[in-house]
Amino acid sequence: MRKEGVFEIVRTLIVILLALLLAFLIVVGVSKEPVLALNKFFLGPVSSPRYFGNVIEAAIPLTFAGLAICVMFQAKQFNLGVTGSFFIGAVVAAAIAIKVPLPAGIHPLVAILVGGIVGGAANFIPAILKAKWNASELVSSLMLNYVMTFLGLYIINFVLRDVYAGAMVSLKFLPTATLPKIIPKTRIHLGLFIAIFMVAFTYFFLYRTKWGYALRTTGLNSSFAKYSGVNINSVIIYSQVIGGIISGIGGATELLGMYSRFEWQAAPAYGFDGVIVAILARNNPLYIPLASFFLAYLRIGADIMSRATDVPSEVIAVIQGIIILLIGAERFLAKWRHKIVVKSATESLEAKGGKQNESAI
Amino acid sequence: MKVLFDVIFSTAFGYAILRVTTPILFAALGALVSDRAGVTNIGLEGIMLSSALAGVIVSALTGSAWIGLLAAVIVGILIGLFMAYFALNLKTDIILTGIAINLMASGGTIFVLYLVAHDKGISTSLNSKIMPSVALPLIKDIPVLGPILSGHNILTYFSLIAVLLVYILLYKTPLGLRIRAVGESPNAADSVGISVNKVRYIALGISGALAGFGGAYLSMGYVSWFSTNMTAGRGFIALAAEAMGRGMPLGTFLTSLLFGFADALSNSLQSLRIPAEFVQMIPYVATLLGLVIYATQEKSKIEKAKRG
Repeated sequence: MRKEGVFEIVRTLIVILLALLLAFLIVVGVSKEPVLALNKFFLGPVSSPRYFGNVIEAAIPLTFAGLAICVMFQAKQFNLGVTGSFFIGAVVAAAIAIKVPLPAGIHPLVAILVGGIVGGAANFIPAILKAKWNASELVSSLMLNYVMTFLGLYIINFVLRDVYAGAMVSLKFLPTATLPKIIPKTRIHLGLFIAIFMVAFTYFFLYRTKWGYALRTTGLNSSFAKYSGVNINSVIIYSQVIGGIISGIGGATELLGMYSRFEWQAAPAYGFDGVIVAILARNNPLYIPLASFFLAYLRIGADIMSRATDVPSEVIAVIQGIIILLIGAERFLAKWRHKIVVKSATESLEAKGGKQNESAI
Repeated sequence: MKVLFDVIFSTAFGYAILRVTTPILFAALGALVSDRAGVTNIGLEGIMLSSALAGVIVSALTGSAWIGLLAAVIVGILIGLFMAYFALNLKTDIILTGIAINLMASGGTIFVLYLVAHDKGISTSLNSKIMPSVALPLIKDIPVLGPILSGHNILTYFSLIAVLLVYILLYKTPLGLRIRAVGESPNAADSVGISVNKVRYIALGISGALAGFGGAYLSMGYVSWFSTNMTAGRGFIALAAEAMGRGMPLGTFLTSLLFGFADALSNSLQSLRIPAEFVQMIPYVATLLGLVIYATQEKSKIEKAKRG
């Protein structure tokens, strides 16, 4: 069992190496200055505290998105509505940050909690459609992303808009509402702790509660779960609602930590980012921050590279795709895995056989 | 309200419906073929996007829209087979495979566009070609119907012919029988000697080809350029159209038209004094409502069958 766990980690690392090798080849292939490009790509993020801060800042929302997807994927609910619930959570937080005066300390807390509730409410729609009428949560959550995006933009544009600003942005948040920065020279904010708290919460929920157990059992084998007395429909609903709450909290935290007014003109695609992170972390909440850090590092590296050289940052799109495809591939390195399983089985049999022989003597 | 009726009951609106339905219809037929073989192709969005770019680049290089179309379709087929390799040989979950394809396409097309056109947004610096429009003889002179049906891009007529072809493929050919058999019960199909994986490979290839046509239409008919993420969720809407079309070619055509209607309505209403956000929301809300209505009917049908 332990050897198989090690195998999974080694396999993930091999996939990452392969993906990086591919990135290396693409950069060398398209760039006129490949050495500079590769240097910026792989070492750029650690070249200054500010850049490294950017990595942590980018990893925070990815952690929320990854956790949300992780909860839903563990229940085998392919809900990609994180994009929409993240966005609408941020919009609602913006509304509270602008319109509702509250004392400092409580203000961001209220905004984030309400953002979470609204995010959960958004994901309740595909969840109830699936539970009641067996409508594909995949398709309905994808459609809902667009609905939430336009609804959010409407609220920003018609209710919260700063008409004196040159662009389509909201009014400034009240100073009490923003999350304080915690590390000088960077924009790393208090949301880092909220993210760490959510990691612990999600782990506790999935592995230490009855609900989490029912959720994981349903994901592994829904017929078995059903015959063991799990209410599948309630799992379908609460897994997606909790996913929505986590991503709504994520949207609100990101907004209040990084911005002083609402500036997004479209919903950032955190739903798909969350899938990458969750797949990298093998759906284990404890690995999510690591996976988020890795993805954020790649993205910031690519960004630094594209600003200094002729290679566009979108090169990482290819890496992300390959990572999902290969880590998801059951058969990738399957022969090797088979060998490990056989070997450990023979070893344990031999060990047992040895003991029996001893006792016989 | 009167303005609304004036908009809807005009031949221009009827023409617009067919125009915006075309890419959805191609993709929905693509979803249909793979779905009947038992594989959900959610990579349609990415395939359309890649094909749209391939069509623009190749037509600009060769100066021929037809060769551009060919390239778009070939790219579609190749991506379909690429998905098949991962999903069928390496056993990556088909949903994850589709997500990976979409991610790679949305960033990868920007990457390639930048290398080719030195622009990350739009391909207007390339001298790409568009597919010709066709005035239908006789039909174009019929009042009302003429202006609605005639004068479309040739790919729009292709999409209508494709409905018929997909019907013939699925119901009148040995391959179609195999596709349906594999989709209904892979084990049973396997037991009578049908290679399940081979049939699914073919189905995903056909699915990719159809989405390729849809992509080519977007960049070489609907508009005359490629722009980033120009598919705007049409690949996903197509999945919904296919689901509501009950896995039938004609049903899929009708539901695609319905979404085309919502899309056209959203385009026409943009001149009215309704907040743009709500107007843009229409196709997606319509899809969501359509899914709900479809799902409730399915459920009651199943319950009736159980009781009966």
